[in-house]
Amino acid sequence: MKKVGLCKRLLQILIVLFGISFLTFGLTYIAPGDPVRAMYAASGSIPSEEILDQTREALGLNKPFLTQYWNWLTGCLQGDFGTSYSYSKPVVQLMTARLWPTLKLALASLALMLAVAVPSGILAATHRGGVADYLIRGITFLGVSLPNFWVGLMLLYIFAVKLEILPVVSAGQGFQKMILPAVTLAFAMAAKYTRQVRTAFLEELNQDYVIGARCRGIKESVILWRHVLPNSVLPLITMLGLSLGNLLGGTAVVEVIFSYPGLGSLAVDAITSMDYSLIQGYVLWIALIYMLLNLIVDISYGLMDPRIKEGGR
Amino acid sequence: MKRAMPFLKKNPAFTVFAILALGVIAAAVFAPVLATHNPYEAVLADAVQPPSSEHWFGTDRMGRDLFSRVLYGARTSLTASLSLVCIIVTAGTALGIAAGYFGGILDAVIMRISDMMISFPGMVLAIAVAGILGASVTNAVIAISIVSWTKYARLSRSLVLKIRSRDYIAAARVTGSKTSHILLRYMLPNALPTILITGATDIGSMMLEIAGLSFLGFGAKSPTAEWGLMLNEGRAFLTAAPWLMVFPGLAIFITVVVFNLLGDSLRDALDPRSE
Repeated sequence: MKKVGLCKRLLQILIVLFGISFLTFGLTYIAPGDPVRAMYAASGSIPSEEILDQTREALGLNKPFLTQYWNWLTGCLQGDFGTSYSYSKPVVQLMTARLWPTLKLALASLALMLAVAVPSGILAATHRGGVADYLIRGITFLGVSLPNFWVGLMLLYIFAVKLEILPVVSAGQGFQKMILPAVTLAFAMAAKYTRQVRTAFLEELNQDYVIGARCRGIKESVILWRHVLPNSVLPLITMLGLSLGNLLGGTAVVEVIFSYPGLGSLAVDAITSMDYSLIQGYVLWIALIYMLLNLIVDISYGLMDPRIKEGGR
Repeated sequence: MKRAMPFLKKNPAFTVFAILALGVIAAAVFAPVLATHNPYEAVLADAVQPPSSEHWFGTDRMGRDLFSRVLYGARTSLTASLSLVCIIVTAGTALGIAAGYFGGILDAVIMRISDMMISFPGMVLAIAVAGILGASVTNAVIAISIVSWTKYARLSRSLVLKIRSRDYIAAARVTGSKTSHILLRYMLPNALPTILITGATDIGSMMLEIAGLSFLGFGAKSPTAEWGLMLNEGRAFLTAAPWLMVFPGLAIFITVVVFNLLGDSLRDALDPRSE
């Protein structure tokens, strides 16, 4: 990627972040709930109006919207995302503590998904119209139509409740506790990716160079593994980047089911307890991580695909 | 109607799935007739009973009949997801056509907003919006609409850009056609087939998103009969009453499968290019 392009992308990321920060801050500002009341309710006391007003004053919640926004934004730029009142800890500290478990879960499910999706996609493509193809397409269809939280619940019921081989609650560390959440997440993704691999593979198989290679008498296995595979798997990298970003933000449902202590369940807690600084911090963080991931993917894509590296075809 | 019959005969797959989808819709519409019990009537004496001849799908912790609740849940889910798809298709297409046709500042503003939405995991914002607005089906629909319209805006914009500089559009303009006439009679019909196909294939995934939000507690509120919420309520009884999870989940699954197949077959029937 050229330097100008990179600068443009970074600028774009800044603009989007600015927009998103404004949007989330505005939303929490107009939200019907009263954070100060919720704050006291969380600590179990019923404050008088006077105390409520004093707290609002102390937190700067009486100031006009733009002033509040500005104060919050300048704080964020200095790495201070405010304090979460429901946990009584700085938002940054909470987020960093929860980031690693979610990242671990996301990476595990991605690896699992690839291990299933790439072989089955290739199998379906090379046996197009055969039994394996129909079987795999049928299963992938189920995969995209099943709600992942239901898959999670059923897995939990079968493996944790009936067979009792895996823990019900995935709190704490340990590989065993990650199995069910990772399988649940991988399930729906594997369906999507299998379809993608199959389509990409079929498309690539129809290219002229494959026919050419066949005519020259090159072994079918060499054609498949040396020529078709790299060409058809490369576009997956872009998708993988997007998926990782989506996983970081989208594991909430699965984390809640398995009581997995990650970013998603933190966000759900934050929303239910109207912990606004935590919500704002969460949305902003996810946006930043997601966009940086995409940037990295684009750059690495350019490095890995010689056609792009040399400045287009 | 005359043109519909040959179309249905030529596309048997579409016909079958359309009938199935109509069946699901009929189940929702006639829920009051089909339901064996009042879905909101709590009979605490009958709480958490396994499926029987009296309660086909068993009862939940309030003693409400699960079969009737699943039927009524079809009403909630279908109304919510169909109106959600209508909203995002209409809003997205209108904004996209306007952006593509008029260009300039309008285009820049609409597209930058949609860039912003796309460079961001949608579900995160949807959860935040739904949670902040407060739990209700309407708010869940609003939240998902806010993050999902951009797809249609991009799609219709690109379709409009394709034909905007064609001669017949220039001819229409030269002969004094009003802008509204060009937009409605030239641009919209050009974009509509692709948009509608995409919309049809989206119904299933939108249904899943609404159910997901409800499951997290940011959508339908108790005692509404909604599948995601019912799963959430049944979760606590995972060991004692698995039927509370099995039936609402199956209902979501079957409905989503039917609408996904309907969307896919519609695409195959209307768009000969795709496989």
